[in-house]
Amino acid sequence: MKRVVITGAGTINALGHDVPQTLAAMKEGHCGIGPLEMRDVDRLAVQIGAQVRDFASDTIFNRQQLALYDRFTQFALIAAREALAQSGLKFSGALSAKSGVVLGNSGGGMQTLDENYRTVYEDGKNRVHPFVVPKLMNNAAASHISMEFNLKGPSFTVASACASSNHAMAQAFQMVRSGMAPVMITGGTESMLCFGGVKAWEGLRVMSKDACRPFSATRNGMVQGEGAGVFVFEEMDHAKARGAEILAEVIGFAMTSDAADIVMPSRQGASRAIAGALQDAGVNREEVGYINAHGTGTAANDKTECSAVADVFGPHADTLMMSSTKSMHGHLIGGTGAVELLACIMALRDGVIAPTIGYEEPDPECALDVVPNEAREASVDVVLSNAFAFGGLNAVLALRSV
Amino acid sequence: MSVKDRVIAIVAEQAVLEPSDVTLENTLEDLGIDSLGLVESIFAIEEEFDITIPFNANEPEKSDFDISSVATIIAGIETLVDGTPAA
Repeated sequence: MKRVVITGAGTINALGHDVPQTLAAMKEGHCGIGPLEMRDVDRLAVQIGAQVRDFASDTIFNRQQLALYDRFTQFALIAAREALAQSGLKFSGALSAKSGVVLGNSGGGMQTLDENYRTVYEDGKNRVHPFVVPKLMNNAAASHISMEFNLKGPSFTVASACASSNHAMAQAFQMVRSGMAPVMITGGTESMLCFGGVKAWEGLRVMSKDACRPFSATRNGMVQGEGAGVFVFEEMDHAKARGAEILAEVIGFAMTSDAADIVMPSRQGASRAIAGALQDAGVNREEVGYINAHGTGTAANDKTECSAVADVFGPHADTLMMSSTKSMHGHLIGGTGAVELLACIMALRDGVIAPTIGYEEPDPECALDVVPNEAREASVDVVLSNAFAFGGLNAVLALRSV
Repeated sequence: MSVKDRVIAIVAEQAVLEPSDVTLENTLEDLGIDSLGLVESIFAIEEEFDITIPFNANEPEKSDFDISSVATIIAGIETLVDGTPAA
């Protein structure tokens, strides 16, 4: 089996328009959640979210590109450009033929759906722009990355709700590890912060109206975010041979299904995914210093997740750190695991553990070190990133410092 | 603006050219407009004139709407707009 390293990272999210801004915001415990700015916001019961602000897409993309790129595709391309620039890779010949893109995404082009449903249902128009379909399809972002960077190998999009990015990155990892592809571009993207997107989530009654406070006894729900995270996963020898800067090594993953309930999480399903990732990575549980939690801030997720971690790690659960950065960048749904992987890389490379902000009061059912409110310096060698999706689909990744 | 000038303006925008660079004899291919550009142009023309253009991208040759040059497109639109053929 090949070893797999990360040689490029890119993002745009509510905390920043690139990786340095995002990591700086995480270190400061900055909150990207604020009042939503969108049409008809007064008709929403939930009026907060972690929106990408000061985003002038017309200074980044030309008119023809904007006609084809939904906001989720724009985010993905911006993140991919940053990641590919950092990696220094150019794709031609055999490298191009074998390398591809696997992205996580849940909602597809929801801004496009929302706008065009308005046009035909609300405004009564009978004609929509001809690019509605190529704009809203879930694979549009992956396809545009493949076109921009000449990636002619396996490319597709993975949809597993809130675990989409982790499933996508696990798939990309597997492709590089098996020798199928020397390089895979992977991560996830989402842009659901439109009237219909927020209205749909509102209906489920799991959203907070004031803040995302994971693991705090005072938590009252999740807060949506938007953005993208994109990474370059590269075969280690390939990266070393060209003298690439290595950000971290991806050492294992596991995926499980609860096979139980369409929305309620299962401790057993989560435990099996965490334990499976440790086993796949070949690490002892005592080696894990940090877990980037799924940590949505809902009553159900946070206690189930803590209980699963206690289950798997036993006494070591009291020693390791686990934080939820969703308190800062919100829940990016299909893009969330990708942005959260940045906190994992920061822990491994910079020795800084991103905090769980908004933490007010301990919850006996979440009695772990959740790195409350302030980032912490710590030296960690192995980290995990959890994602537990609606539908009971779980995916956990394991990374090691290099 | 005449129908002709309005169509040329739309086609020119699609081709990222100045209207003065578009001649009546040009085909859309001459102007660098591909299949997606064609359907986008048709959409823009429909919006501009509030008409419905009978065009199916699968069998353009069978459409009643002749897209073989800028001149034939203008003639087709003039017919759809006021029901009389172009002079």
